[in-house]
Amino acid sequence: MIDSSLTTGHVVGINGNMMAVEVDTGNVVQNEVAFVKLPDARLKAEVIKVIGKKCYMQVFEDTTGMAVGMPVEFTGNMLAVELGPGLLGQIYDGLQNPLTLLENKQEFFLQRGQYKEPIDRQKKWDWKPVVAVGDRVRAGQWLGEVPEKFITHRVLAPLGMHGSAVVKKILPAGAYAITEAVAELEVNGKTVPVTMSQEWPVKKAIKAYKERIYPEELLITRQRIIDTLFPISRGGTSCIPGPFGAGKTVLQHLISKFSSVDLVIVVACGERAGEVVELIHEFPEMKDPKTGGSLMDRTIIICNTSSMPVAAREASVYTGITLGEYYRQMGLDVLVLADSTSRWAQAMREMSGRLEEIPGEEAFPAYLESRIAGLYERAGLVKLHDDAHGAVTLIGTVSPAGGNFEEPVTQATLKVVGAFLGLSRKRSDERKFPAIDPLDSYSLYIDQMADSLNKNLDREWTKMVHEAEALLVRGAEIGKMMTVVGEEGISIDDLVSYLKSEMLDFTYLQQNAFDDIDCAATIERQVVDFKLLYKALKTPFSFETKAEARKFFVNLQDNFYQKNYAAEDSPEYAKFVSKIEEIIVSGGGRLV
Amino acid sequence: MFKEYTKITNIIGDIIELSAEGVTYRELAAITNHNGDTSLAQVIRIDGTKVSLQVFAGAKGMSNRASVRFLGHPMRVPYSEDLLGRIFSGSGQPIDGKPAIANAEETDIGGPSVNPVKRVVPRNFIETRIPMIDIFNPLVESQKLPIFSTPGEPFNELLARIALQAKADIVILGGIGLKFDEYIGFRRKFEEGGIMDRTVMFVHTAADPVVERLLVPDMALAVAEQFGIAGKRVLVLLTDMTAFADALKEISVAMEQVPSNLGYPGSLYSDLASRYEKAVDFDGAGSITILAVTTMPGGDVTHPVPDNTGYITEGQYYLVNGVINPFGSLSRLKQLVIGKVTRDDHGAVMNSMIRLYAKALESKKKISMGFEKTETDEKYLRYADLFEQRFMDLRVDIPLNDALDLGWKTMAECFDRSEIGVKKEVVDAHWPKGA
Ligand SMILES: Nc1ncnc2c1ncn2[C@@H]1O[C@H](COP(=O)(O)OP(=O)(O)O)[C@@H](O)[C@H]1O
Ligand SMILES: [Mg+2]
Repeated sequence: MIDSSLTTGHVVGINGNMMAVEVDTGNVVQNEVAFVKLPDARLKAEVIKVIGKKCYMQVFEDTTGMAVGMPVEFTGNMLAVELGPGLLGQIYDGLQNPLTLLENKQEFFLQRGQYKEPIDRQKKWDWKPVVAVGDRVRAGQWLGEVPEKFITHRVLAPLGMHGSAVVKKILPAGAYAITEAVAELEVNGKTVPVTMSQEWPVKKAIKAYKERIYPEELLITRQRIIDTLFPISRGGTSCIPGPFGAGKTVLQHLISKFSSVDLVIVVACGERAGEVVELIHEFPEMKDPKTGGSLMDRTIIICNTSSMPVAAREASVYTGITLGEYYRQMGLDVLVLADSTSRWAQAMREMSGRLEEIPGEEAFPAYLESRIAGLYERAGLVKLHDDAHGAVTLIGTVSPAGGNFEEPVTQATLKVVGAFLGLSRKRSDERKFPAIDPLDSYSLYIDQMADSLNKNLDREWTKMVHEAEALLVRGAEIGKMMTVVGEEGISIDDLVSYLKSEMLDFTYLQQNAFDDIDCAATIERQVVDFKLLYKALKTPFSFETKAEARKFFVNLQDNFYQKNYAAEDSPEYAKFVSKIEEIIVSGGGRLV
Repeated sequence: MFKEYTKITNIIGDIIELSAEGVTYRELAAITNHNGDTSLAQVIRIDGTKVSLQVFAGAKGMSNRASVRFLGHPMRVPYSEDLLGRIFSGSGQPIDGKPAIANAEETDIGGPSVNPVKRVVPRNFIETRIPMIDIFNPLVESQKLPIFSTPGEPFNELLARIALQAKADIVILGGIGLKFDEYIGFRRKFEEGGIMDRTVMFVHTAADPVVERLLVPDMALAVAEQFGIAGKRVLVLLTDMTAFADALKEISVAMEQVPSNLGYPGSLYSDLASRYEKAVDFDGAGSITILAVTTMPGGDVTHPVPDNTGYITEGQYYLVNGVINPFGSLSRLKQLVIGKVTRDDHGAVMNSMIRLYAKALESKKKISMGFEKTETDEKYLRYADLFEQRFMDLRVDIPLNDALDLGWKTMAECFDRSEIGVKKEVVDAHWPKGA
């Protein structure tokens, strides 16, 4: 424990949201939280640099009205979040302030200096112990459980505990609030009470598990181009870079709605408030694809949008990932989405500039790369102490300046993620959504998960997918050739390959986010649909003329396309399937 | 009570530095130069007793003996109904020859953000009678949307026209680096259009000091916010936000900040966002819609100013060669109103007309490259001509429903109903009789 209860200081400089503080008495700790007292408010700040008696702090609020000499009180604690039952369904700012509670008093605006309890202190939870007096437990091990919305929330032994502890006391089943001690543990000869909640510093990874394991299971997003072509594993990482308007946010929203996971943490980091407002209004009305309950019940929204304070924006991403790690400790499958990590990186850049650090490329700090790597490394699949598995999957959007991927944030992110879903301006201009460029994008997981994909989806799955990818490459080559020599300059066979690749793109890779049926395809449907399409792609059709080939594909493609708008088990769907099979046979294909 | 200082130590660009005590961050100071000129200035950095201020009127001709009096509060703007019909400078001085606003409440500029849970999902269509906007990228109340353009294009005419058309309760013009003629142009149009009595103008002209530019959006938006809370539907026009960004650049260079991109500060995104995010539909009160102009230096959309803007705003209208380009333009809120508050065939007309126009351009390109013109190409070329005349020409001024009807008519004049790629029921309901 850090003892700096007496540490105080006073302001000696102010530059934007950076303040310089001279310490009067006591110690300071890097990343420690302190409060500066203004006449009208107490503002939260974090130590980010210590030079002798002086330390530099980022203030999480607007600094208007601050003056030299104002008193600063250090807390001795690093910036932390509160963990416990009651987080699900909440909407927090980057510092875990519940926005709905700020609403009552503050009317329309977020007045500075308001810090509310993140979790309800009064609510009673149905506690059931899972350990007995005398049991030995380690950090993060389950002491008991309470039902929270649709999940079983495990109450964890303190995450920061070293070694093991002995259960001295454990309350019987009953209803308790998060402030009540439900257990007592003996740690190194000392008895400590344990409640259902605990704090954890956001910038430190929670590692109270046995080991990390190799992610080999598919995370199902119901977006065809992702699940089939560029799959993400449970516990994996992915990034979605793209210029403005290419569809990053819409894609992340789709993923947040339709992914088969236990819970989703959406971090709206430095982007539009309006986009979060849509989620807040939509999610309670939508169904969780896994439990059938309200989508909001499996979701936590961290909302630090672009006009909210920049330092809190920097914290928001850590707040999100920490909540994710916490639920992972319960053996749950968590998805964390951050939109946009570039805004988080820019928040670091703004502060680095104020600290007058030596700038790197595009004025980003030299530690940009290690911070990005450190964040993505917090995702992962883990084996807990009792052998249950838990996962945090992290998908971040990147907003590259000028839409050019050769910039520091995109490049640093590419080095550490397993799946790269690059959106292209060209595809979004052509209204080909999701605008993931199939030629640029990749997923390392497709081979990493090959065994499980071929076992669970189809024996030949990965082979088929790789062939489809090769066809897209070939189709693009032929397309390029045609722009030079025209259609008359290429062979019929090449034209057929081109039309096949167009069909694959148009009827499978593209998906209409705003259609009730097409917006999400279950994995079962993807397998059936992809295999049927694959059959069409593999059939060596032969035509007398190019016009004949085009006509044939217009018809075939239209049937594949219309099929996307038919519900999986509807008669229309069956009708399109048999029509497609008929067309394939008529073109000289054989059905197997 | 307010201490006066008469010893300026450094003058760098439009920034002055002096030694002072008890000064608060972003506090305002009144400066009186040795020749009697006065200006306001704002504290932008404090380091011990060294205080840096940006001088709104600029530091040209500033004496190091000028007197600096700190006022104990940040920049404020008066707010009352009396603002309506009035014209102010960037720093809030009346420039219409009328007296200053008396007995008004004062409100801080650059105030805090709206709590996201206090916003509602936008839902009201704003009809502009410009088909390229109404059909293809409709404007929605509370949207923030810039016109991306280049010098010489009629963006200010477009802005004024939308303001006259939009049926907003209040119009607030923030002119940033306006040419004098442009300023008078706005005033005339608003007077002739009969909206001057519900308009407030904050005008900074190209001849005014650079630092004052920085105040204009904040002044305009602070007033807009007050009217919005009072239940009014406010339309804010900001032109030209590139001039605003350039002023940010000047200050940051004078403060020796490390630039991120082409000399602009690393905070450019946040600086722009904190203004644009003032656009809002309040839960239980009025709204603020922001239409801005962003001129693209060198016509380059990847330039940091349009680029950062595009990441912040809810779409953009591309105004190039005198027309609103349907391809680069985007209204991100369009799906909230199309077919929901507008006619049910709106979505179909929008999609198929754009698709057909894209194909028509392909035909044009093909022919220009020397490939032969087919019968299909002829159809598309005819369609392209009609589309450009009837929809893209900025002089066209018709309501949305007439524009949709004209859309069906145009498609029917050029194509067979099976060629337009619209669901059967919709075509049946709208395809012109006898076509
Ligand atoms: N999957 C999609 N289907 C249909 N339209 C889309 C899709 N994705 C994006 N769009 C269109 O593109 C616009 C911008 O998308 P958005 O996700 O906000 O872009 P970004 O976050 O990359 O700036 C949306 O408002 C919508 O009109
Ligand atoms: Mg986005």
